[in-house]
Amino acid sequence: MAGGSTTERLVRLLSVSGEDLASGWVAEVSSSLGGRVSRVEVERELRELYTSLLAALEQGSLDAHAEGFSEVRALLSELSRTRARQGFTPTETAVSVFALKAVLEPVLAGDSTSGDIEAYLALSRLLDALGLFTVEAYTRSREELISAQSEQLLELSTPVVKLWDGVIGVPLVGTLDSARTMVVMEKMLQALIDTGSEQAIIDITGVPAVDTQVAQHLLKTVVAARLMGAECTISGIRPPIAQTIVALGIDFGDIATKATLADALRHALKRSGVSLSATATATATGTGKGR
Amino acid sequence: MSERVPVLQIGQVLLVSIQTDLDDQAVMLLQDDLAARVVNTGAHGVVIDITAVEIVDSFVGRMLATIASISRLLDARTVVVGMRPAVAITLVELGLSLGGVRTALTLEKGLQVLNREISSTPPAAS
Repeated sequence: MAGGSTTERLVRLLSVSGEDLASGWVAEVSSSLGGRVSRVEVERELRELYTSLLAALEQGSLDAHAEGFSEVRALLSELSRTRARQGFTPTETAVSVFALKAVLEPVLAGDSTSGDIEAYLALSRLLDALGLFTVEAYTRSREELISAQSEQLLELSTPVVKLWDGVIGVPLVGTLDSARTMVVMEKMLQALIDTGSEQAIIDITGVPAVDTQVAQHLLKTVVAARLMGAECTISGIRPPIAQTIVALGIDFGDIATKATLADALRHALKRSGVSLSATATATATGTGKGR
Repeated sequence: MSERVPVLQIGQVLLVSIQTDLDDQAVMLLQDDLAARVVNTGAHGVVIDITAVEIVDSFVGRMLATIASISRLLDARTVVVGMRPAVAITLVELGLSLGGVRTALTLEKGLQVLNREISSTPPAAS
């Protein structure tokens, strides 16, 4: 059987001069990685890969997706994942596999029979398949990394802080989209219940731009807080943002807006009936509508 | 036959505590009951406690607004208390902002709001 003899030939080739080939491979790969991974590390990874590749070939198959190659695939996935985390490019990852071809070339060039060329072509096809598999695994782990990071970012960037008894603050940093607004809304409303607060301040100092959609989201949040019996103040409106809001014709209605967080806090305290000794203007009725 | 929602009287205030998810029939009954009780007792305030309500639709949302309007006609203020975050978000997404309805976080705060409003307008409250 042709397939059988080809793999036998390959196994013989790879095991006879195995030591030379493996160290040539390691040298090739570690030079292409430019010393960002230690040679010892590369050597360990590739020796393992070489051994398992040989073992898979001994089972007589040349299909990269066959059962016999499951260990090779597992090792390659692991290698791709580490490379992806360390910030290597897909090329630098795939080259680990393709370098083996380059190492084999001179060996075959010396005394080549037609059988050897056939074996080399078969191995080349196998290595191509494995290389593609590496790139796929690399992309997959990159995507996992990105989605995990964006989730973390969503959680990190929306804290709800207690500013005073009965007053909570939500400092917003970064662009607001629908998904983020939902998180902000839920967190804020839950915090209103947890702390029993009747005043909430949404600070948009860190929001780079306000368009109609962002304004819509803000309004929804304020209305939801009102439904639960809490009052919202929007603070941190920078001059350019104020101009944009007016130019877009967005109407914040009777929602209190303040330029700074300090003003908003003073306003909220006044409404919740806390008097500041320095000003002595606050009254306990809380019926005033602010400045 | 749907369950009737009990309407309790505390001084000048009527307390309606909704404990289950209401069907349409129960909502209509509640409106009838409440209107009758406001007239009979001469109450000046109505507190609707929806702490236990987890699911709302547009019908229940409108019911709250309708009850508030009826009560206002009969010279009683309405305060809705204890709305859950999920309920508030649903109502906002449905486009119901309950314009004429006062709201408060808890029953206690709702009663404070009512007492303040009733005592701040004594001449008109006869």
